[in-house]
Amino acid sequence: MLVFIIKRLLNAVMVMLVVAFLAFLIFRVAGDPVELMVNEMSTQDDRDRLRESLGLNDSFITQYVRFVVNAAQGNFGISFRNGQEVLGLIAERFPATMELVLVATILSLLIGVPLGVLTAIHRGRWHSETLQFLSIVGVSLPSFVVGILLILVFSVTLGIMPAFGRGEVVQLGWWSTGLLTHSGRIALVLPAISLSLYQITLIMRLVRAEMMEVMRSDFIKFARARGVPRWRIQFRHALKNCLMPVITMTAMNVGALIAFALITETVFQWPGMGMLFIQAVTFIDIPVMSAYLCIISFIFVVLNTIVDITYALIDPRLRNATR
Amino acid sequence: MSSPVARDRIASANPAQPLPRPGRWARLRSSDLWWSFTHKPSAMIAAAVLVFLIVTAFAAPLIAPQNTYDPAELVLWNSEIPPIWTADGQMPFLLGTDTQGRDILSAILYGSRVSILIGIGSVILSLAVGLSLGLMAGYFGGFIDNILMRIGDVLLSIPTILIAILVSAMAMQALPPELREVGAAGVLILAITLSGWVQYARMVRAQTAVERNKEYVQAAQLLKVPSRRIMLYHILPNTLTPIMVAATLNFGLAILTEATLSFLGIGMPVSQPSLGTLIRLGNQFLFSGVWWVVIFPVVQLCFIVVSVNVLGDWLRDALNPKLR
Repeated sequence: MLVFIIKRLLNAVMVMLVVAFLAFLIFRVAGDPVELMVNEMSTQDDRDRLRESLGLNDSFITQYVRFVVNAAQGNFGISFRNGQEVLGLIAERFPATMELVLVATILSLLIGVPLGVLTAIHRGRWHSETLQFLSIVGVSLPSFVVGILLILVFSVTLGIMPAFGRGEVVQLGWWSTGLLTHSGRIALVLPAISLSLYQITLIMRLVRAEMMEVMRSDFIKFARARGVPRWRIQFRHALKNCLMPVITMTAMNVGALIAFALITETVFQWPGMGMLFIQAVTFIDIPVMSAYLCIISFIFVVLNTIVDITYALIDPRLRNATR
Repeated sequence: MSSPVARDRIASANPAQPLPRPGRWARLRSSDLWWSFTHKPSAMIAAAVLVFLIVTAFAAPLIAPQNTYDPAELVLWNSEIPPIWTADGQMPFLLGTDTQGRDILSAILYGSRVSILIGIGSVILSLAVGLSLGLMAGYFGGFIDNILMRIGDVLLSIPTILIAILVSAMAMQALPPELREVGAAGVLILAITLSGWVQYARMVRAQTAVERNKEYVQAAQLLKVPSRRIMLYHILPNTLTPIMVAATLNFGLAILTEATLSFLGIGMPVSQPSLGTLIRLGNQFLFSGVWWVVIFPVVQLCFIVVSVNVLGDWLRDALNPKLR
C-alpha cells in the first residue's frame, strides 16, 4: 500500500514538473524579456546588467530549475502589466472563484442526483425521455451561451437579477466572501446556475446509467422479493451503490470547473482568477498566465491523486492494477 | 437503375452461380446500423438538420443575401434593423442587421462555414495524430508507449480549455502580424487538436495491445506482412467502433471549443467571424435591446451542436453490443 502511495505521489510530482516546464516555455515563446522591460533610453550596458540580474545568461537548465524552486515557494514574479506580485494578485481573486465553484458543485449534486434517479426509474416514460433530451441540450449548450441567455432573460428583460459583478463582499481575514450579504448572494445566483448546468447534466447521466445497472442486480431482486417498499429500494439500496462514482467524478471535476469558471467569469464580469487570466492573455502578461497554469494544474493533480489513493484504500484490487 | 437488392435475390435463388458482391449502398441498407437509424426518429431528424445546416453553410456565397467579407456591401444606413416579422423589419434582411449594417442571416451562414470547417479540420487532424501514435504505442510497446502515455498524463492533467487558450494565444503571438488574420483558423485547429488527440491515442492503444496478441495478427507477422500494413489494414479496422462515437461527439466539442475561444476574443478575428465571434460582438449590445444580433448566432450554434450530439448518442447506443 505504501509503495502504491509513493508511486502515485512520484507520478504527481513528475506531472507537475512537466507542467512547470510548459509554463516556463511560455516565457521563451513570448520573446526576449529584456526587450519588454527596457525603454528606448536604455544603453547596451543597462541591458546587459538587467540580463545578468535576471539570470538570463545562465544555461537553460539552470533557469528552469530556478523557475521550479521559485514556483514551489509561491514566487511567480511580478506582473508585466501592473508590476504587482503575481501570487498576491491571484490570492486576491481566489476566494471569488472558489465560492462560485463550490456553490455550483453543491447545486449540481442537489439537482443532478434526483433527476438521474428519476430518469432511471421512469425509463421510457415521456417525462423521463424529455429530461434525457434536455440533458443532451445541456451538454451541447456552451456555458457562455447559457450565461448570455440567463442575462437576457433575468437581467435585461425581467430586470430581477444583477448581470455582472459580485455584490458587496465581507472580509474574513484574507478571504473575501459574498455569501454573507444579500447583494452578494443575489449576484451569485446566475453565474452559479450557468456554471453548474453542464455539471448537472453530467451527474444526471452518470446516476441514470449507474442506477439502471444496479437495478438489474441480484440484491435488488432479493430486496423486492422480501417485500421492501419500492421507494426504499430505489433511494436506499440502489442509490447508495451509485454514489461512489458520482462523488469521484464530482471531486475530479472541481479542477475542471475552476478552469471552466473563466468563461462564466468573463460573461458575468465576476472578479475571479479566470477573469484575471483572460485579461493576462489579451495583454500577453506572461507571469500571470504561467502562474495560473501552474496553480490550476496543481489543484487538478492534487485532487486526482487524492481520489486515486482513496480508491486504493477502499478497494485493494486497484493497488496492483495501476502498475 | 436496376436495384442491387433485386439482383441479390436472383443470385441467391440460383445457387450454382457465385454470389455477386452486393454494392456499397445495398450493404449499407442491410446493415444493423442502418436498421437502427431508420428506427430512431430523433437520429433521423438530427441527421436531416445537420445536413441542411452544413449544406447551407457551404453554399453561403451562393445563397447569402450579402457577402459579409466585403466591406463595400455594408451600408451603415441599414444598421440595427430588427428581424422581418417585427414592425420595423425590412425586406432583404430576414433576421435583421447589426450595428454596422451587416445582414445577420448572411453573417450566420458565413460564420457557420468557418465554425464547421474548423470542427472538421481539428477532428481529422486529431484522428490522424491520435490513431497513428496510438497504433504505434500499442503495437510496439516499450519506449514509444511509455513516452506517449506520459505525454498523455500531462495533457490530461491540464484542463482542455486552458490548453486551447494558451496554445492559440502563444501561437498568435509567435506568428508575424501580417499572418495572424490568415493563420487564425489554422492556429485554432492546432490548439483544439493538441488537447483532442490524447483520447483517440489512448483508446486505440488499449485496443491494439489486445489485438496484437490475437492469431490473425500472428499469422500476418509470420507471412512477413510489413508492420505498417498490419497496423493499418489488420488492426485498425478492429479498433474503429468506439473511435467513431468519440469522433462524432468530439466534432461537436471542437465547434464548442472554437466558439468559446472566439467568444473570449482569442479565436477568429472580426474580419472573418465564426459563430463565436458573432456572439461576442452581439454580446456587447445585449443591454441596448438589440437582442437579435446575439440570439440568432446562439440558436444556430445550438442547432449544430445539439444535432451532432444527438447523432453521437444514437451511434453510441447503436454500436454498443450490450444494448442490442
